[in-house]
Amino acid sequence: MTAPAKFVGRSVPRLEDRPLLLGQGRFAADISFPGQWHMRVVRSAVAHGKITSIDATAALKLPGVHAVWTHAHVAHIPRIPFRLTRIEGLMPYQQPVLAEGVVRYVGEPVAVVFAIDPYVAEDAAELVEVSIEPLRATLLATEQPGVFEHELTTEAGVVRKAYGDVEAAFRAAHAVVALELSVGRHSGVPLETRGALARYDESRDILEMHGAAKVPHWNRDSLAQMLGRKRESVQLFEGHVGGGFGIRGELYPEDVLVCAAALKFRKPIKWIEDRREHLIAANHSRDQHHRVRAAIDAQGQILAIEDEFFHDNGAYMRTHAATVPDLAAAMLPGPYRVPAYRATGRIRLTNKTPCGTYRAPGRYESTFVRERLLDAIAAKVGVDKVEIRRRNLIAKSAMPYTLGLETLGTHIVYDSGDYALLLNKALAAADWKNLQEQLRQRRHAGEKVGAGVAMFVEKSGLGPFDTVRIEVTPAGIVEVITGVASIGQGVETVIAQICADALGVDYAGIRVIHGQTDRIDKGMGAFASRVTVMCGEATRLAAVKLRDKALRAAAELMQTDAAKLDIVNGAIVATSGSAGPSMPLAELARSLPGGLSAEDTFESGHMVYPYGVHVAVVRVDAETGGVTIERYCVAYDIGKAVNPKLVEGQIAGGLAQGIGGALLEEFLYDENGEPLSVTFADYLMPTAREVPELAILVLEDAPSPLNLLGLKGAGEGGVNPVGAAIASAIDDALERPGAVTQLPVTPQRLKAIMAAAR
Amino acid sequence: MKPAAFVRHVPRTLDEALKILAQVAPQDGRVLAGGQSLVPIMAFRLAKPAHLVDINEVEGLDRISNDGKLLSIGARVRHAAFHKSVVENPLGLLLTEVARHIAHYPIRVRGTFCGSLAHADPASEWCLVAATLDATMVAKNTRGERPIAAKDYFQGIMSTALAEDELLAEARLPLLASDAKFGFNEFNRRAGDFAMAASLVCYRLQGGKIVEPRVGVGGAEPCPRRIAEAEAALNGKAPGDAVFRAAAEAAASAVEPLEDHQTTGEYRRDLVRAVVRRALEQSIT
Ligand SMILES: Cc1cc2nc3c(=O)[nH]c(=O)nc-3n(C[C@H](O)[C@H](O)[C@H](O)COP(=O)(O)OP(=O)(O)OC[C@H]3O[C@@H](n4cnc5c(N)ncnc54)[C@H](O)[C@@H]3O)c2cc1C
Repeated sequence: MTAPAKFVGRSVPRLEDRPLLLGQGRFAADISFPGQWHMRVVRSAVAHGKITSIDATAALKLPGVHAVWTHAHVAHIPRIPFRLTRIEGLMPYQQPVLAEGVVRYVGEPVAVVFAIDPYVAEDAAELVEVSIEPLRATLLATEQPGVFEHELTTEAGVVRKAYGDVEAAFRAAHAVVALELSVGRHSGVPLETRGALARYDESRDILEMHGAAKVPHWNRDSLAQMLGRKRESVQLFEGHVGGGFGIRGELYPEDVLVCAAALKFRKPIKWIEDRREHLIAANHSRDQHHRVRAAIDAQGQILAIEDEFFHDNGAYMRTHAATVPDLAAAMLPGPYRVPAYRATGRIRLTNKTPCGTYRAPGRYESTFVRERLLDAIAAKVGVDKVEIRRRNLIAKSAMPYTLGLETLGTHIVYDSGDYALLLNKALAAADWKNLQEQLRQRRHAGEKVGAGVAMFVEKSGLGPFDTVRIEVTPAGIVEVITGVASIGQGVETVIAQICADALGVDYAGIRVIHGQTDRIDKGMGAFASRVTVMCGEATRLAAVKLRDKALRAAAELMQTDAAKLDIVNGAIVATSGSAGPSMPLAELARSLPGGLSAEDTFESGHMVYPYGVHVAVVRVDAETGGVTIERYCVAYDIGKAVNPKLVEGQIAGGLAQGIGGALLEEFLYDENGEPLSVTFADYLMPTAREVPELAILVLEDAPSPLNLLGLKGAGEGGVNPVGAAIASAIDDALERPGAVTQLPVTPQRLKAIMAAAR
Repeated sequence: MKPAAFVRHVPRTLDEALKILAQVAPQDGRVLAGGQSLVPIMAFRLAKPAHLVDINEVEGLDRISNDGKLLSIGARVRHAAFHKSVVENPLGLLLTEVARHIAHYPIRVRGTFCGSLAHADPASEWCLVAATLDATMVAKNTRGERPIAAKDYFQGIMSTALAEDELLAEARLPLLASDAKFGFNEFNRRAGDFAMAASLVCYRLQGGKIVEPRVGVGGAEPCPRRIAEAEAALNGKAPGDAVFRAAAEAAASAVEPLEDHQTTGEYRRDLVRAVVRRALEQSIT
């Protein structure tokens, strides 16, 4: 047996911080190779149009310019393939690496310039003359689908999910509550913009790409396929990554272009995205419009929910294919009993930046919809918003709970949970009862203050597998080699903590290798809050294996019984009580001809489902429409927190992003499809001043039965219900249930809501 | 977001600076002060000046002086200089109150008072101060200097009376009466953003009645300005909620509000009403 946990469950310091705090990080832009060329993308300035000509003559004449590519140069490269949720019919909507005759959004890559430095490259890009005959821009996902191309319409596909007899439920309903709700277009905006640096090593026939993130193995396979190479001849390397959030690390046109150019020109090719590009070229997300109805009985118990929604995916279907609308539809029921359910998600293409996943993809949206619905039901039957939730929560005794829906290739089965208990704990932490009284008094005195509550179920730990190899190097360093990636979330620390306990070494001496395709053949990467669960359990399995192996080998050398040995602080010692010699792991590794290593794989066909409650308290400025968040409380049950501090960090960061989507961040377009949010002066990210003090409860009442440590992922619960909780609080402040139907709640919109009430 | 190529000139004296400016002005040569507005514009290639006359090394321009009547602020004086009161006069406190609303700390450490006036963003706090207090801008070129009154200086969105070869050498603000009262308020969606509307008010009390009222509004129109209608609503009245509301209402109906994709004129008027009233309220607390 392994010793009791020394590291798992403790907020030990992060292993990855030293270089970051000393300014020694190696982000994409920090990497350079001698003789590199710089790539600059020429982007469409028109939302929709036919390319009539591209003239690069003047650009090519500029000293320092090496080459200019248009679609003709890359016509042999297939379109960027899907990574997840490939539903029927989406393929023809994939994005080419350079526009093929037609441009479909402002920012679409039309040509690329290669030059000696980024300045010359940008000068030259301005000289490339692109003539475009404008076509009508589609900007509303709710309008009748138009023509995309030939017989293809702008409705790329439809996600359908259903169970139970919805019609019968609506017939039997005591009442029906119907809402029309929308979530604004916004996205993850990491501090580090995207970047890619490719070089081709002719001597070994290896194409390398640096600046990889999130899913290096998948991107390696796709790049190899797209460029017609063997997968072993393409290697991806992840450096430090300044934020992922779903959008960074997917395979984008620019990644393919640097690789193709490195092969063609036999020069290292470097591309670093600038902020303006980032805001129009990297994946957008969240843009959905829902028409939802609930059938309820006299007590406000839900009998059925029906939702039709329009998912604005922008101009193309990118790597995520139908992932976001699929998750929105699959996760909408949340923590409540919904006996019958039907969702129809219409994936519509518009002439805006294409979309992908953003932290809590689909769930930020459908939690907003579901929780708005619960508030509306409460108002309809005249009960308190907490009471209505209590009446509808899935009971602990119903766990594991089979929802009857599928997503990401798995059946949704809530593995464990006590939703009512968590609600009670959250309300206690927020001092809900007194809070209500205080707010009532303040409203009486003329203030517009209110509290909101929102509940949700998250999903995490997507399989199908993770493989981990652990090696003890001759120098005594324990290396954990994994195919996951680090986007800054603390992977190295958490994996080291799990390995340390299972193996019997100090976590600080463990080196976790991730995101390097040349070190491990397969890997799933970092998304869907999967790493701690999948890689964590794989690490534990491999460490247990390694420990057994080490003890058996040591027993032979020390001429004793393996059962009488233990590994403590990196040395093999006699189990407590029996005296005897000890041997450092390093020495054992050196003495074994094959070295000391073990590999194991954790497979899982089901996800694990953490769940949470957010409570928000806001003050509305009646004169300006401004909203101030006065207090915020998050309760999140993640089964087992390997490192509670890091979990809190995940929640705090997620909250900030959730506030952005609720109040500030929005990609706006004018009537011609010209993007209006192309700088940080227009795309408003919350700053420290807009993010309130946060009370966080990290709870472990419902460990997952699907892995030994009981782990569930913690990456997305901070963001998931923020729009819902703030909307609920604003309604309360205005004393008008259902006032908020659209996110973000800008002061302009809130003033209009208040004016409409008068 | 890399700027187009440019030549940077680094004069040490004012004469030298003016000479270079005279030479390069016809080629879109521009003054570089704190760079907090100019450099982002260049990075977006909205401006591609071929020459920059960097005044950060020019002697003498970093001075703040006061002759008992006027406070003179040289072209190199940074926003951060006003974090503490620069003069023993209510004006010093007024500038301190306003300064903390400008952008964020690192920007205040670089950006200059005169650069803000030269850039003339409609929402600039310093422009609002200059308009409300009737500052005088001192423009210099190789041929001499001319004073420009605030009401003639601001001409439109990012447009001033400065000629392209003129350097704004200093701005002069009148010191306030020792019993002057003032208040400032602005509304923005995030701390540090340019204001969507801002107001600076200033007056004295005589026998409990408001005299010499000044009500300035910024961020709502192409240029900041005093609103005579609001001042009239205050003049001779005792300060109080009803009077403040009347003045705020007068200001709200007097402005010709800027509109944009998100902001209607009506909403901007609402903001003007709010910031004027709040600035007035602050003046008595
Ligand atoms: C994120 C951010 C937020 C900001 N928020 C605010 C805000 O809330 N309020 C606000 O007022 N400002 C804000 N600013 C702008 C900031 O205050 C600038 O510092 C100021 O507008 C310009 O001053 P500068 O010294 O930086 O001028 P520069 O950027 O160097 O120059 C600006 C323009 O003025 C000209 N110029 C500068 N000095 C002179 C001179 N002496 N004579 C003639 N021409 C001259 C330049 O040629 C240029 O055209 C913000 C800036 C940023 C980046």
